[in-house]
Amino acid sequence: MAKFERKGKNELQAISTASLPDIVFMLLFFFMVSTTMRETTLMVRSQLPEATEVNKLEKKSLVSYIYIGPPMRQFQSLFGTEPRIQLNDSFKSLDDIRDFIASEREAMKEDEKPLLTTSLKIDKETRMGIVTDVKQELRKASALKIVYAARKADKKK
Amino acid sequence: MARKVPEVNASSTADIAFLLLIFFLMTTTMNVDTGLTRMLPPMPDPNQKQDDVEVKRRNIFSVLINKSDKLLVRGEPMEVGMLKEKTKEFIMNPNSDPNLSEFEEKDIPGIGKFKVSKGVVSLQNDRGTSYEMYMKVQNELVAAYNELRDELSTSVYGKPFSKLAKEEQETISKAIPLKISEAEPKNVGGK
Repeated sequence: MAKFERKGKNELQAISTASLPDIVFMLLFFFMVSTTMRETTLMVRSQLPEATEVNKLEKKSLVSYIYIGPPMRQFQSLFGTEPRIQLNDSFKSLDDIRDFIASEREAMKEDEKPLLTTSLKIDKETRMGIVTDVKQELRKASALKIVYAARKADKKK
Repeated sequence: MARKVPEVNASSTADIAFLLLIFFLMTTTMNVDTGLTRMLPPMPDPNQKQDDVEVKRRNIFSVLINKSDKLLVRGEPMEVGMLKEKTKEFIMNPNSDPNLSEFEEKDIPGIGKFKVSKGVVSLQNDRGTSYEMYMKVQNELVAAYNELRDELSTSVYGKPFSKLAKEEQETISKAIPLKISEAEPKNVGGK
């Protein structure tokens, strides 16, 4: 029984958890700052193709997005399964691209207007026909700097 | 008279903070936008007379993709895996093959005399080509240029292209300009 008697004397001190909230808050702030909430709700599926030679888009404020892909399931009864163009929050036709680019330009600062970049987020199963049409429209709207969005893939050796 | 203020139990702040943390962890999308940057050619002015720029046949590296995603490179069918090597060979033309691209000797500050290739890669696709294939080909072509730039920059500066300073990168880009032209759309082979 001697074992039990000894225990009372040098009991381990409980580890103080008082700094735990601080640590967690620190993590929390990190994530809050680095988070970007999605601005537009995706209405088309856009599974991006993979590429190895991608580069990062630097200034997000200069970039406007065009999504092309088959509509999500809940829109399929209305819009079918053929790839469609999404600008901002709605399905649009080819003719709307010029207005879209014009309004995007309007929202930018004067000195940044020539730097407008259009990011094309295109589902990898899309056929090139619609993509070519969109590119022609962009040329007409003279939004010449484009980015084919792609996921970064590791280089195969 | 000092009265003892009862201490507030703070052990639940950790729980609250954890809850918030997990919420932000779940909603975070840490994706950085990546992609292949490209400049589209400006629309030709309809009032202006089209003066076709004659490019010699040996300076064109034509890549065609048909609707069943097959490649035709300079009139010969090819697999995607071969494309990068062929493109590099075409641009650099190490053996001065009369069928591959020509040179123009230019004086580039920082490098000196350098044989700048006159070769142009011309990419043409069908309306039925899949986007995935198109991107694969684009990627291979860019990869060919990137590798050539890397090779040149390691021989001149001893570092890969991506590690160079901005001015040095511009010098290399002058020596090996990225010339990929996406031809005017043509409807070949139907839908």
